[in-house]
Amino acid sequence: MMNTDQWLGLITGVLFGFLLQKGRVLRFDKQVGALLLKDMTILKFMLSAILVGMVGILLLSDAGIIGLSHKPMNLGAVLLGGALFGAGWAVMGFCPGTSVGALGEGRWHAVFAIVGMIVGAALYAELYPFFKLTVLAWKDLGKLGLPEAVGISQWAIVPLFWVGIIALFFWFEKKRL
Amino acid sequence: MKWKTEDGGWSPYLAGALVGLLAIASVLATTQLLGETSYLGTSTTFVRGAGFVERMIAADHVSSNEYFTKERVRVDWQFMLVFGIFFGALIASASDRSFKLEGVPSTWGRRFGPSIGKRAVGAFMGGVVAMVGARMADGCPSGHGLSGMMQLSVSGLVALALFFGVGVLFAYFVYGRRT
Repeated sequence: MMNTDQWLGLITGVLFGFLLQKGRVLRFDKQVGALLLKDMTILKFMLSAILVGMVGILLLSDAGIIGLSHKPMNLGAVLLGGALFGAGWAVMGFCPGTSVGALGEGRWHAVFAIVGMIVGAALYAELYPFFKLTVLAWKDLGKLGLPEAVGISQWAIVPLFWVGIIALFFWFEKKRL
Repeated sequence: MKWKTEDGGWSPYLAGALVGLLAIASVLATTQLLGETSYLGTSTTFVRGAGFVERMIAADHVSSNEYFTKERVRVDWQFMLVFGIFFGALIASASDRSFKLEGVPSTWGRRFGPSIGKRAVGAFMGGVVAMVGARMADGCPSGHGLSGMMQLSVSGLVALALFFGVGVLFAYFVYGRRT
């Protein structure tokens, strides 16, 4: 039987997958279309989610109801890992979450991407001791938030994000991207 | 602004904003019901998937591996979330008849032709490289891109910029010149 933990994950996942599909962001052509700077659907989707989510999460955190959980800003890890992800993403045309959703809407070549990612995860597990002594050991800035990093209040940063991203949305629409 | 796309989908602004609300609700629900705040993310599940597969072949190897021990091979909240994405997409695509069997996407086909084999190799190799990168960076476009940015994490901002920056560069070299 499934516990509360698993049920909650499943329900959240079904809703997430439903919205990803309705937003039409699961498809290879949408993902690669964004990387070719021809179709900004996935950016519109992601940035809209970020704008809305950011306000709620920061308010809840200020109220002491939830805790923030920054991932460490480990320089070597984020820079090299981010670059490797970008390179693989362009060829695969899916990200980890969307690959599973793409399979759900019938794009069955996602199976090869999923198998590749499982092999990649296994490979990373084998190489972890080596990475720990090299890339991961270079410089870790810790669990850093943007407000602390730049010395500006988060409630000054949030409006800047909103204005900048909405301006970008208008530009996307004007250019029909 | 239109609320529906030509093929019956929802505006990406609307669907995205709803994901923002879902992310807030999810953080609240995990904190209240599970006693531990969980943010949306997916790539750790692939580590656990790999752990389950390897366990069938070499159980000792998995239990002695430092990374599998660190990430704990189990069916947790995130594992079920990834499982749920599959069903959510299936339900959504069945509801508006956008479910479509696709072996070779059009952008790929214009550059590499209709061969399933080539697409399989590309998807596989891309998957290997992307997942090594995601585990190294400790997140993917969900964990770093969505959850990291919502919390104003420096790592989320830098990772997302690199995902897109390097992705754009590679996409140009891989597909750009002919499409």
